[in-house]
Amino acid sequence: MDMVGESSPEIIKIKNLNLYYGDFQALQDINATFKAHNITALIGPSGCGKSTLLRCLNRMNDLIDGVSITGEVFISGQDIYNKGVDLTQLRKRVGMVFQRPNPFPLSVFDNVVYGPRLHGRHSHQELKEILERSLGAVHLFEELKDRLSANALTLSEEQQQRLCIARLVAVEPEILLMDEPCSALDPLATLRIEELMAELKKDYTIIIVTHNMQQAARVSDDTGFMYLGELMEFGPTPQIFTRPQNPMTEDYITGKYG
Amino acid sequence: MKSQEKLVEGVLLLLALSAIASLALITIFIFLEGFPLILHTGLQKFILSSHWAPTRGHFGILAMIISSILVTLGAMVLGVPFGLACAIILAEFSPPRLTRILKPTLELLAGIPSVVYGFLGVIWLVPLIRTYLGGPGLSLLTGAIILGIMVLPTVISISIDALTAVPDMYRQGSIALGATHWQTVQRVVLPAARSGIITAIILGMGRAIGETMAVIMVAGNALQIPRSLLDPVRTLTSNIALELGYAAGRHREALFATGIVLFVMIMILNLTATFLARRR
Ligand SMILES: Nc1ncnc2c1ncn2[C@@H]1O[C@H](COP(=O)(O)OP(=O)(O)O)[C@@H](O)[C@H]1O
Ligand SMILES: [Mg+2]
Repeated sequence: MDMVGESSPEIIKIKNLNLYYGDFQALQDINATFKAHNITALIGPSGCGKSTLLRCLNRMNDLIDGVSITGEVFISGQDIYNKGVDLTQLRKRVGMVFQRPNPFPLSVFDNVVYGPRLHGRHSHQELKEILERSLGAVHLFEELKDRLSANALTLSEEQQQRLCIARLVAVEPEILLMDEPCSALDPLATLRIEELMAELKKDYTIIIVTHNMQQAARVSDDTGFMYLGELMEFGPTPQIFTRPQNPMTEDYITGKYG
Repeated sequence: MKSQEKLVEGVLLLLALSAIASLALITIFIFLEGFPLILHTGLQKFILSSHWAPTRGHFGILAMIISSILVTLGAMVLGVPFGLACAIILAEFSPPRLTRILKPTLELLAGIPSVVYGFLGVIWLVPLIRTYLGGPGLSLLTGAIILGIMVLPTVISISIDALTAVPDMYRQGSIALGATHWQTVQRVVLPAARSGIITAIILGMGRAIGETMAVIMVAGNALQIPRSLLDPVRTLTSNIALELGYAAGRHREALFATGIVLFVMIMILNLTATFLARRR
């Protein structure tokens, strides 16, 4: 078994991963390696298993009844499907942004410090510093510094999605999983979130699911193309978009289906 | 075909209107019967004096108001923690299949006639309290316990609805940040369901304050402001039921006026519940 070394830029390694929802096989023998401080995009037609694969990386599929999984997923060398794995610690390291912004119906402040509080940070001074740093990282601090006690649901959709990212940044994860994070946003807001992702790349490894090929081409370093539960092709983004090896990839990016 | 439909519509409308009309008439009747006494005695004397001697023309219901409020609060102190715990377990921590069976079963408990609850109270609870805590056994505490049990179906059922109405995406967001299931419930689900849970509690209070039969059977019905939990008490509803049979003249009016006071109290509770339910 080849473990990922300390100095290796490979942060996630998926080996022979299969996932079943009951009898239905949603992921078929996935093998892939994700590099640290890269943005990796997962593209493919709706229903091909992109979200399912993403949820394997922070074990959110565990919440769904009837799911069974075989294979291995290594994060920084540790198989996260091993028995002794602490899910709380795993999810602290691997954060997730959802398709619809889902800030809690609490104040802006309580949203951002939700994770730190869970993980045992309580001093007000410390929480304030975390708040400023996290909101700052997503460029919301100036906008919201006078509205910290406002209910997060009163923010705009873009602000809400930024807040959800800030909420993750606050727990200092290593990996950010983003499942179509811009699908509820208008084109301008989408561009601004993409800029934010490019900035976040220096501190985090980002994996983004998108059905928007332009977005994948714009933001990502690597791209994986999925089709009917299989990872058909995986490689550097320019190569996938200009010289795809698999004819199905070519059909998809030229818009023949999907 | 067309005319038949018109006919059905007409009949339904008539039924609906007469139902509403009869409710309106009852309300008007209660006010017409009770109001003259309040005018005669004076509102202040009526609700702020506890001297109730109908044959000598003293109509002060303060002792009963206090008793009603204490029995109701006692019922809430006992019923709400149990009810809420039950709702949290059923809504968040049990298999949905079990909840789908248990919730209607619990709601069925609301349909048991209150005389049965009262009967159980007299047989089981009154002797227990008399033996182990002292006093006559028929007491404020006994009434509160029985009412606390009687409000459980209301509190549990409405709280479960409030909890299940909380969108799953909040739970997922919390779990994905490394929270445990219980932390998620405590820090996100309960705050998100707060207004619904308050509604459940207030509707439970309405049920407790209006309950009559069970309270008459177990609370002892002594006309006094209680000094201890073990003192017997007479609530507003008990008093109406106990005295209506032989009341006449001013006395009868005073009982209807008591009804007005209850009506207003329950109205305030329901309006609060509606207001809180609408506020999101
Ligand atoms: N909770 C679930 N239970 C059963 N089947 C599911 C569940 N979630 C997704 N699926 C199925 O798995 C396949 C992949 O779904 P998903 O990962 O959501 O695709 P994508 O994100 O690429 O649109 C689809 O066929 C979908 O119907
Ligand atoms: Mg999806």
